[in-house]
Amino acid sequence: MEKLTIDATVENLSAVTEFITSSLEEKDCSIKIIMQMELVIEELYVNVASYAYRPTVGTVTIYKSFEDSPRAVIITFIDGGVAYNPLEHKDPDINAGIDERGIGGLGIFLVKKNVDDISYERKDEQNILTIKKFF
Amino acid sequence: MEIKQTLEGTTLTMKIIGRLDASNAQELTNALNASLDGVKELIFDLADLKYVASAGLRALLIAQKRMNKQGSMKLCHVDETVMEVLEMTGFADLMTIEN
Repeated sequence: MEKLTIDATVENLSAVTEFITSSLEEKDCSIKIIMQMELVIEELYVNVASYAYRPTVGTVTIYKSFEDSPRAVIITFIDGGVAYNPLEHKDPDINAGIDERGIGGLGIFLVKKNVDDISYERKDEQNILTIKKFF
Repeated sequence: MEIKQTLEGTTLTMKIIGRLDASNAQELTNALNASLDGVKELIFDLADLKYVASAGLRALLIAQKRMNKQGSMKLCHVDETVMEVLEMTGFADLMTIEN
């Protein structure tokens, strides 16, 4: 299992997505899966970067591991910020008209649509979010 | 991300090149705020937009809400990957898309 600990700032977004996508490229993952994972990582990371430690800056640690047969990537985000379970966020109504459409909740909705498994745990004053995707 | 703007009369075409993500979506909103006065038709040329995340969708939604008040907006030449995200979120039904 490899890990990356980094200041949770939006400026570090590309470093975080590369940490994951570089491994997927090495494993000859399809472009489609890589793009989906890029989106998932961005949405989860930006949530932490935007809200976890506001108005200060804290760190986030990201673990990545892989399974064979069937092939899957497992990614865990751990931050010590304010308790936040994104899975409690109500899904946006994707059939709502333009005037009713809010601008929140889309990110975590996209995450849920693009992973096979997602779980949240609050432990030792940390948010621990794990996702799994088969590829 | 790079934005190329062409104004012809009251039609503004914005070509977005590259990636529209949380690190640059505000740039698009700023560019729109600076350019939309008097515009009746807003066209996004997305042929070279290869990636969009929720921050980018929010920028498009803000633009759509504004254009509903002053004219019309459409997305053209939408790349397959971007189209998937628009469909997944219901944005494909909210916006006019011409490919």
